[in-house]
Amino acid sequence: MANLTYQDPEIVIEKSGWNDGFHDEHHGDKYQSGFISHYVFSTDHKMISKQFLITGMIWALIGAAMSIVFRLQLGFPEADLIWLKPILGKWIVVNADTDIGKLSPDFYYALVTMHGTIIVFFVLTAGLSGTFSNLLIPLQIGARDMASGFMNMLSYWFFFLSSVVMFYSLFLNTGPFAGGWTAYPPLSALPQASMGSGAGMTLWIVSLTLFVVSILLGGINYITTVLNLRTKGMTMWRMPLTIWAFLVTAIIGLLSFPVLASAFFLMMFDRGLGTSFYLSDIFIGGKALEHVGGSPVLYQHLFWFLGHPEVYIIILPAMGIVSEVLSVHARKPVFGYRAMVYSILAIAFLSFIVWAHHMFMSGVNPFISNFFVLFTLIIAVPSAVKVFNWIATLYGGNIRFNSAMLFAMGFVSMFISGGLTGVFLGNSAIDIPLHDTYFIVAHFHIVMGIAAFFGMFAGIYNWFPKMYGRFLNETLGKIHFWGTIIGAYAIFWPMHYLGLAGVPRRYYSFTTFDAFKDFADTNKFITVAAIVVFALQVLFVVNFFWSIWKGKKMTTKNPWEANTLEWTTPIKAGHGNWVGNLPVVHRWSYDYGKDGVDFKPQIEPMAAGETAGDH
Amino acid sequence: MTTLIVLASIVLLIIVAIQIGKISELSSKIRGEEASKTDSNDFNAIFGVVFMASFLIFCFATAWYYRNYLLGYGPLQSASAHGPGIHRLFNVTLFFTVIVFVLTHIALYWFGYKYREQKGRKVLFIPHDNKLEVIWTAVPAVVMCGLVVGGLWVWNDVMADVKEGEDFMEIEATAHQFAWDIRYPGPDNALGTKYFRNIVPGTNDLGIDFNDPKSLDDVISSSGDIVLPKGKKLRVRITSKDVLHNFYLPHFQVKMDAIPGLPTYWVLTPTKTTEEYRQELKKYKEYQVPANADEPNGPKKWEVFNFELACAELCGNGHFSMRRVIKIVSNEEYQKWALTQKAFFPDNIDGKVEIGKYPWYGSKVNKEVTTIPSIPLKSVQSIEFSSDALTNAKVGEVLNLKHVNFATGKAVLTPESTIELDIVVNAMVKNTGMTVEVDGHTDNVGNEDKNKSLSQARAKAVLDYVSSKGIDMKRMTAMGYGSAAPIADNNTEIGRRTNRRTEFKIVKK
Repeated sequence: MANLTYQDPEIVIEKSGWNDGFHDEHHGDKYQSGFISHYVFSTDHKMISKQFLITGMIWALIGAAMSIVFRLQLGFPEADLIWLKPILGKWIVVNADTDIGKLSPDFYYALVTMHGTIIVFFVLTAGLSGTFSNLLIPLQIGARDMASGFMNMLSYWFFFLSSVVMFYSLFLNTGPFAGGWTAYPPLSALPQASMGSGAGMTLWIVSLTLFVVSILLGGINYITTVLNLRTKGMTMWRMPLTIWAFLVTAIIGLLSFPVLASAFFLMMFDRGLGTSFYLSDIFIGGKALEHVGGSPVLYQHLFWFLGHPEVYIIILPAMGIVSEVLSVHARKPVFGYRAMVYSILAIAFLSFIVWAHHMFMSGVNPFISNFFVLFTLIIAVPSAVKVFNWIATLYGGNIRFNSAMLFAMGFVSMFISGGLTGVFLGNSAIDIPLHDTYFIVAHFHIVMGIAAFFGMFAGIYNWFPKMYGRFLNETLGKIHFWGTIIGAYAIFWPMHYLGLAGVPRRYYSFTTFDAFKDFADTNKFITVAAIVVFALQVLFVVNFFWSIWKGKKMTTKNPWEANTLEWTTPIKAGHGNWVGNLPVVHRWSYDYGKDGVDFKPQIEPMAAGETAGDH
Repeated sequence: MTTLIVLASIVLLIIVAIQIGKISELSSKIRGEEASKTDSNDFNAIFGVVFMASFLIFCFATAWYYRNYLLGYGPLQSASAHGPGIHRLFNVTLFFTVIVFVLTHIALYWFGYKYREQKGRKVLFIPHDNKLEVIWTAVPAVVMCGLVVGGLWVWNDVMADVKEGEDFMEIEATAHQFAWDIRYPGPDNALGTKYFRNIVPGTNDLGIDFNDPKSLDDVISSSGDIVLPKGKKLRVRITSKDVLHNFYLPHFQVKMDAIPGLPTYWVLTPTKTTEEYRQELKKYKEYQVPANADEPNGPKKWEVFNFELACAELCGNGHFSMRRVIKIVSNEEYQKWALTQKAFFPDNIDGKVEIGKYPWYGSKVNKEVTTIPSIPLKSVQSIEFSSDALTNAKVGEVLNLKHVNFATGKAVLTPESTIELDIVVNAMVKNTGMTVEVDGHTDNVGNEDKNKSLSQARAKAVLDYVSSKGIDMKRMTAMGYGSAAPIADNNTEIGRRTNRRTEFKIVKK
């Protein structure tokens, strides 16, 4: 076979690329020279992706710090928390006699609620999908930018606005919303039911409504860009799995987030206009309320109609990133590319017809649950296919154990561990004892919390050079990985046992019940592990910001020897990504180790007599 | 001071991190990038296998360690009839998932080690393999189908409501921030209706409607143990007054949301008494330790064990404190206990609350009452009415038509009265020789002349109804007694209610 030596992509693109007239019109970054337009109100997808990432990281630190505070309460209920008083103020209730400070139950529930809201929406939706969809969609399909750079900018700034409102709510006198991240009415609808259900809930709804706007602006852009702005030769079946994942994620988001918005609107009406969509027959605060005829279960249906697809909005981008990273660093094509795509599509479709598996114990007609059990367990099939394909991708490869690859493999481990417990919970009968216990806490933290974070880390370690022209420190990255995977299992694995013993989640204290108080030592262990893992994330943040300015410099365009188009751009790519011609694609993105050649970039023309890799 | 230490250690951590980073980059420069890369690659590949092996051992070891604390294992077997099915299903699922869990983890890290980067290794170019992919799509699909079928089998069995005519006892659990109220049906084995607008804190906390005769003997338990009989089918009607709660009995595999405005239910049969459960726990060393660590000579854990009722749906800042103890006893003990319980109405409402002040304490009979209850009032002299009683009744015997009622102050039959009257009509059609006297009675409230004429008119109204169904008027006479023949004490509401009645006397047969 023709043994092609690696050529500078610039020469290849110059020779065989496609002149879209960009060079004559813009001259690179001509319109983005100002500080404000370059760093703040930027319309460059690469800058917007950095904005999403760093905002997401700030939120992740806040959300994780909250979890440490409530873990202290659970692990060390007797401990004196008076040292937190300078930060938390009146939420640390000091006993006048003993001078011991305790976290107030109201704020405990506020922390639990905010932790969930922040991590699910702001970190794992905006921070993960927002970052990588923005960075990779134009770069990997060979586009100059998103279809609408302006809308893309708005998408970030709506997210920013939403963040500001939520952040503000943390400082309310009555505290932020405290009724759980799912915000079930009537607790969330009635200010007299909980301290956080007054102003805190109002700001929570406002913030998340703005967030929905952000997601929709972003999602429309991602879909349009992928469908319309692919470069010449980039057929759908030649797209990297990252792009497939981002495309399908955006479609799911576009279909499900408006339903959440409608749920929020009805909630606002119930709270402010005296309607009764979710409320009926309530006697609270010494008074019978006028609301009659509504159903709290309606809200749960609307919420989970988003809520379940939401977990795939979180996990699909991570899956896409992991598929790409595994393939690049195993120097092998991803196994079963088409099966992977069909699995993503199957998961996306099924994600819309399983929502009521969150509601088996919610008073839904038990007969209806039959269908949701069936569809839920069917999801295990495409998920299993993906796992087996990832493992098969490693088989026979030449694996580089760098931080990105370690996190990608860690993702697979987490996805297996968390996915298998889903097989228990999806079966409604087994859900009876496990519903709303620590078993479910363990399940979703592993499968969509830690796993999604691992996908995100794999992406950050892999594409950091593309973002900042420098590498993250590898030694710190490996410490970060091994510490985090061991620590994360130390936190969440024991929670399965708590759940199997029947310990309910969202308990401020376990001492009231004989059945739940046997696990004081386990809870201590979990809390210590959580603190260690949190410290390791601080280490990562340090590594991140240090490396932006001081990291090892990138000297070649394609440090990972990857096939995808983003590595054909200049090391510091300006707005428009490619200086001259746009690259033209001749093959799929997974020609690793084909015909004895380590890798064949997508821009490389097919040699005479060569058959396509994905035959 | 503490804040300073915390801040100082954070700064120190950051400095250490940066130093590690710098040193590692320096050392790789000194030793040569290639060599240090290979070393690091080998180390991580090997460490992956070590991690995998330790992780699997950790999983199995911890599972073994916790085995006697987990529901369904060791002594903590299910205390309800439907529980073992759930645990069986759990174990079947566990069997399959453990196999997948172990095999995939071994493959993941073993392949990582085996195919770690080595100079000159030739990569296998395998983009896909249809046969393999069909296998690992089909096998999970088949296993999942099995689990779905098994799961739904158990689910529909567990969730089935009681059937008509089945012997069961219904109790009601009402959740509110932050406690549970339990209502027992009393001797009539039926719970009365309630309505949230009837709630008067301190007087009628559940909003029970005492116009419903079924309410009159209901027992309310707001604190203390919830005593229930072993082996009796229970239907728990689960309701909430304010926000969502969840009726959670960990040892019985029961969990169902309590929703304001939407009553839910759960059917269970307790299979073990509290005492029997304690005896099981006694056999395990985990439960032979002192219940309170501060009192080494105090009672052992198994001795103080109790079934507990908890809330499992976030309901506000007191969510974690909604505890009630459930005490399961033998049926005999339960019957004995039940005799000591006082019904709520006679004890707290009757004669203690001003008549007419609350609508739920009036004289209208709730329209939904269509079944025939047996009000356990000793003062009621007449024979309980039923079609059997009617057929077997001797001449001169008096039957009380408890469900024949009239609009207040009028001689107009309420619609539900026809149910009982139709039984009378049937009996008279069968027994052609029977003649009867229909007697109307009132309580002693109001003008006696008016009472007398009203009772006469009401007896006549019954006659008219029966004759409209084709019974000859000659076989019946109507008598109005007013308040002249009371059968209960007119000084209590319950007595007055009993005295307002329509009787049916057999004259000839």
